[in-house]
Amino acid sequence: MAIEIEQPSVVGLSNIAVSETHGENSPYFAGWKAYDENPYDELKNQSGVIQMGLAENQVSFDLIEEYLEQHSEAATWGNGLSGFRENALFQDYHGLTHFRKAMASFMEQIRGGRAKFDPNRIVLTAGATAANELLTFVLADPGDALLIPTPYYPGFDRDLRWRTGVKIVPVHCNSSNNYQITTKALEEAYSKAEAMNIRVRGLLLTNPSNPLGITVERPVLEEILDFVTRKNIHLVSDEIYSGSVFSPSEFTSTAEILEARNLKNSERVHIVYSLSKDLGLPGFRVGAIYSYNDQVVTTARRMSSFSLVSSQTQYLLASMLSDTKFTENYIKTNRQRLKKRYEMIVAGLRNAGIDCLKGNGGLFCWMNLSPFLETPTKEGELALWNTILHEVKLNISPGSSCHCSEPGWFRVCFANMSEKTLRVALKRINDFMEKRRAADQGILFSSL
Amino acid sequence: MTQDRYRRYPYFENEEDSKKSVAAAGGGGGGTAMRIIVPLQGVVQGRGGLVLGSVIPCALFYFLQLYLKRNRSSPPQNPSSTPLSPSTSSDQLTETSGLYRSSSRSHLSPRGSSGPAYISSRANSLARSGDSPYYVGLKKVSEDPYDAMSNPEGVIQLGLAENKLSLDLVQDWLSKNAKDSITGGEGNGDLNICGIATYQPFDGLVELKVAVAGFMSQVMGGGSVSFNPSQMVLTSGATPAVEILGFCLADRGNAFLVPSPYYPGFDRDIKSRTGVELISVPCRSADNFNLSIVALDRAFNQAKKRGIKVRGVLISNPSNPVGNLMSREMLSALLDFAREKNIHIISDEIFAGSTHGTEEFISMADVLETEDFDRSRVHIIYGLSKDLCLPGFRVGVIYTYNENVLAAAKRLARFSSISVPTQRLLISILLDNRFIKEFCVISRERLRRMYLAFTEGLNQLGIKCTKSSGGFYCWADMSGLIRSYSEKGELELWEKLLNIAKINATPGSSCHCIEPGWFRFCFTTLTENDIPVVMERIQKISATYKSSS
Repeated sequence: MAIEIEQPSVVGLSNIAVSETHGENSPYFAGWKAYDENPYDELKNQSGVIQMGLAENQVSFDLIEEYLEQHSEAATWGNGLSGFRENALFQDYHGLTHFRKAMASFMEQIRGGRAKFDPNRIVLTAGATAANELLTFVLADPGDALLIPTPYYPGFDRDLRWRTGVKIVPVHCNSSNNYQITTKALEEAYSKAEAMNIRVRGLLLTNPSNPLGITVERPVLEEILDFVTRKNIHLVSDEIYSGSVFSPSEFTSTAEILEARNLKNSERVHIVYSLSKDLGLPGFRVGAIYSYNDQVVTTARRMSSFSLVSSQTQYLLASMLSDTKFTENYIKTNRQRLKKRYEMIVAGLRNAGIDCLKGNGGLFCWMNLSPFLETPTKEGELALWNTILHEVKLNISPGSSCHCSEPGWFRVCFANMSEKTLRVALKRINDFMEKRRAADQGILFSSL
Repeated sequence: MTQDRYRRYPYFENEEDSKKSVAAAGGGGGGTAMRIIVPLQGVVQGRGGLVLGSVIPCALFYFLQLYLKRNRSSPPQNPSSTPLSPSTSSDQLTETSGLYRSSSRSHLSPRGSSGPAYISSRANSLARSGDSPYYVGLKKVSEDPYDAMSNPEGVIQLGLAENKLSLDLVQDWLSKNAKDSITGGEGNGDLNICGIATYQPFDGLVELKVAVAGFMSQVMGGGSVSFNPSQMVLTSGATPAVEILGFCLADRGNAFLVPSPYYPGFDRDIKSRTGVELISVPCRSADNFNLSIVALDRAFNQAKKRGIKVRGVLISNPSNPVGNLMSREMLSALLDFAREKNIHIISDEIFAGSTHGTEEFISMADVLETEDFDRSRVHIIYGLSKDLCLPGFRVGVIYTYNENVLAAAKRLARFSSISVPTQRLLISILLDNRFIKEFCVISRERLRRMYLAFTEGLNQLGIKCTKSSGGFYCWADMSGLIRSYSEKGELELWEKLLNIAKINATPGSSCHCIEPGWFRFCFTTLTENDIPVVMERIQKISATYKSSS
């Protein structure tokens, strides 16, 4: 009698579990892997890959450090741990009142007092990643779509679509008008969705833009608001880089436009914020949704149970962000330092013969390598990106990952490293460009 | 016996709910949904009710459309909507107070071409879910919380499985070690800002996984079971951990079997965003509410007949709300069942360290270590909210033997990541082996004392509890105090307890218990002095009942 060897059945997983929507097999993330395998270190690994694909702000850490050292009671629940017990048990999805007030005040300060934020409209989430996904769950059903102007943050493909089942319809912008969003482009995208029988539920705007590093101009914001009102859809204004605009007067928040309109039609507007970029604290996992819509506030708050911020962190930050002397100084200094870094990288690139989009905020610059592509196509762009990753050993983000319609643009982050490392990176680019020019000339001469 | 009992929902006279309940069939808290579900279930199960089952939904749907047409403003906020999670601080706002009214609402002129901004159906179902007694009770407490000194007439919280008994031990530890731990200084006093501020792996710091693995090993059998940190995904609480597994193991429309009575939060955690259903598998008092594989099997087959694909079984061990521990034999039998049906097992072991009886806790991990099973179908949930008394810090664990689930869960953890400074602090606490050992012993001892004192108090009132071995609660048979042996009777008693005796307890119907009259009382928010107060208040109710019967 044959002995039956019982093969264990492979127990099935969900479609979501096996889907590729997490996008981690794309070039954007392949660069990460190359970095992880061979990370640059100023002392220990000077030939490693320099990470220029991570939008992280390390330029003002010293200010945070100083605060924490001088206010240790913030990190230890007050003197004698007086606040500990209540804090340790606090899991209310409303969030600490004191912290929400501090967040509202911080957001107001960033906008120079030009907009007011009601702490009761703030819903806390563990990071803006969670905030954006949560809003998508609240505003759209599976199969519905959000309009997003291109180029956009590659993570949106995963964050907004993966678990929610919601689609993204791009609104195409290009360099001919400095990527400003036009009503024409908005209408085209909307019609395209309609033609595919897809219901558009909202527009997601990132202002200042990632990956472009530019703010949206006031008249454009007005047009956008008119557009969403006309179409009866929502507007999500992701303003996580608002505190990273080099010159505060150049940033107009959607909140300002709404206030100028006496909050008419504001119940369709929701602002996303976070402390990961402006305050350089991505590890703390603090994001927020500010909604002018009562029902969205209530529902988002309940849903935030899946993504609560640690009560300890709320306590600590409530203290830090209520300290207006600290925050004013931080915001001002941080802007100045980012501006300096930006100017440094743009000048360095210019020396190497590379142009960038004229940016005014964010943690990155938008670099134009289109003149240097073998072929003016996505493949040409990826070939060049590959060379830069493996030969020049810089991880930068190709525009195609950001759904940019014009090949050859790259996002380069400059705030997640020391000035010294940035200089090393710029030198590598310079050397690379020189070599290319020499090689081109060589070919030129040899063909004579 | 299992599926002929329809789903029981709290009964609320609410016009809004009856109209919304068409959409709510099968979910949510609208009480009058019962009257629609029964005939609908009858249709589905082919047992009569065909006419009613077709006519009622059609009629209601028609009226719903009519209603929506007439009232185009966004649905008014339900004033009895409640916070999902409790607050111990009394300054927490209720949801409708203090909200700034947008001025466009007050415009009397017509709204123009722009209609109300759309809210998704998933959001709407969450909006409705706040009506069940579980949440109503929590809200009542937050509005008027009992305090022995400052508010002795307030509502006593017995509806929240929160452990205040041993928080002082953690506080003591912090007073000696706090500063270094939080700033990640590792004892040398230097602040390591990079270590706490920058992006770290979303599924948790490796050091914390190692520390948690060690802690789990300690609480789940005194070190006899070992946990592998690389099979772990850390999340901001057990709530997202459960939801992530829901997203990974089942598709929209599939179902998990859950032995009932079960933790009311599972309805929100599993169903609200994933679209996965929960099918209740009732356990009976005659079996001391222990799980029966026969009942599981029956439920599985009935689901199959209805065309519903069951993807897994969700158990909690120690169980909530009853407090049972699963025996080794039962765990093995469950594994056999899962293998036979080729489905998953989610074992929520969040109360593993909170046992107070003489029975030993056995984790699924333990059974898998000693027996040769297909492990890739097993996933364990854990967290620090219960055993370490730190719900505010948001630390949950997914421990899985399935590498594909591990990969997917790691990626999904980005939506529910633990704050890094909190992770650093916990690493320090958990690595202090001496403290942890002491803590576990003392915590269990205090839990046992409270359990015995509380159940004895109830006993003297003639109220019997099931024999339970773990958790922060006891499962009490109050059926002797209800007027009609039905869900309605149970809820009347619940209301009396809440509004007259001013005690928030969780009625069995919120936990999907099919036998009316059972209540869960959590005793870990009390001090021993509070127990007589509680018993006195309960006695008031039982006295009035007895005198009027």
